[in-house]
Amino acid sequence: MAQVLVVTSGKGGVGKTTSTAALGAALAHDGAKVVVIDFDVGLRNLDLVLGAERRVVFDLINVINGVAKLPQALIRDKRLETLHLLPASQTRDKDALTEDGVAKVIEELRTKFDWIICDSPAGIERGATLAMRYADAAIIVTNPEVSSVRDSDRIIGLLDSKTAKAERGERVDKHVLITRYHSSRAARGEMLSINDVLEILSTPLLGIIPESQEVLRASNVGSPVTLNNPQSAAARAYFDAARRLKGEQVPMLVFSENRSIFNKLFSRKAA
Amino acid sequence: MSSLVRQRHSLMFRPRSYMAFAITPQPPIVDWLSELDASLQRSEGFFAGQHVALDLSAVNLSSSAIGQLVANLEERNIRVLGIEGVDPAKWQLGLPPVLRGGRGLRTSEPSLLIAPVPPTLAARPVPQEQQPASLMVEEPVRSGQSVIFIEGDVTVLGSVGSGAEIVAGGSIHVYGALRGRALAGATGNARARIFCLRVEAELLAINSYYRTADDIDDSLRCRPAQAWLEGDTLQISAMN
Repeated sequence: MAQVLVVTSGKGGVGKTTSTAALGAALAHDGAKVVVIDFDVGLRNLDLVLGAERRVVFDLINVINGVAKLPQALIRDKRLETLHLLPASQTRDKDALTEDGVAKVIEELRTKFDWIICDSPAGIERGATLAMRYADAAIIVTNPEVSSVRDSDRIIGLLDSKTAKAERGERVDKHVLITRYHSSRAARGEMLSINDVLEILSTPLLGIIPESQEVLRASNVGSPVTLNNPQSAAARAYFDAARRLKGEQVPMLVFSENRSIFNKLFSRKAA
Repeated sequence: MSSLVRQRHSLMFRPRSYMAFAITPQPPIVDWLSELDASLQRSEGFFAGQHVALDLSAVNLSSSAIGQLVANLEERNIRVLGIEGVDPAKWQLGLPPVLRGGRGLRTSEPSLLIAPVPPTLAARPVPQEQQPASLMVEEPVRSGQSVIFIEGDVTVLGSVGSGAEIVAGGSIHVYGALRGRALAGATGNARARIFCLRVEAELLAINSYYRTADDIDDSLRCRPAQAWLEGDTLQISAMN
């Protein structure tokens, strides 16, 4: 049974595209068939983060307009053969997306893949609402700071009212993914704590991704962090989040750059 | 046979009462209309879908002037259900019907408060006979959502997010943190109150008297609190 996920946030720059790529690769790593769709028509990025930018021929808008067939537009990852990308068009804008067109594409993808991950653009306009429209579950990417949290709250409200599932009276499963978390800054009160964020959003937590140089390094070489450096703190946090998506019970750890928090506590005690 | 029975049934007339806003134009009408425009600017949609009765007791208008006033109101999306306080002789075909026997509803003064109300998630169930005038919201109210319930009290089981808004004709009860705006007594009820388990509100208002977050004492922040109106000051006190 295919699962359609939307990775969304409201606010820009919080790590939606990075998280889409990292989670997509983590899920595909175990052999699941995964497609990631870039909904950021006009400002596409996912192709760069996946290192597929030189192989884009057709895109989502071409498929919606009937210019290309879906298999022609799908780009298979060179490293993971079960990971696919459906890129966005860079030359069009979000008005080129139509509700019926998106519905058709998602329906067709459902028959071919286990996971369909929609990378939403920032904002709450057409691109973002269509990215979430047919989702079964949503990952709300949030940074531990007030503006990001308020935007996430707004998005959760939209997920509960504007999605096809909500309109049928069902609920979209919602998960909060906290990114760019810095435990020492949170401890000093320079960031919201995990509890503050969860209390405000009253939505279950999928994972805590630490702020990490590895994420930037991976983006620059066009590789999801979970492929580029699977041992890094951020990659391990994404792998754990992917396991939780599959329904596994995984204890929530806060990874830091080199060692897990338990190592850190241990070293402090030893000192 | 059955159609006959149904026919008879439909011929029974039952009296039924409805709630309506009465608006009372003051002379001079031109000034009154521009004041109305100023209020409406702050609150598009406040009258949308509301029943409005036009109380003409304060003015003396000819029947053509009444027609003109009704048309002016319609241009502003205020649809007049009926007219009261007018000599029935002045009524003519094409005007809304003349109403009699209207009673005020526990409010001593007309509503001044016009809230900015984006009409999202407007919860406005049709009041049914003998239903208590209260609305229960069983989930958190998220940023950007408005819950508007002019008919009575609103109870929220959960938090009201920053950037969310509750507008109630009666009191507002929030069993969670109140981080958005709460506007109680929005139809002019000075006895309405606001209760919450944690006050971090952006704005509290009762019957058009308000306080913004800046004016809420820091010692109250994040505590259970209630707000009420004493004369024309909004009072807030902790409940523990």
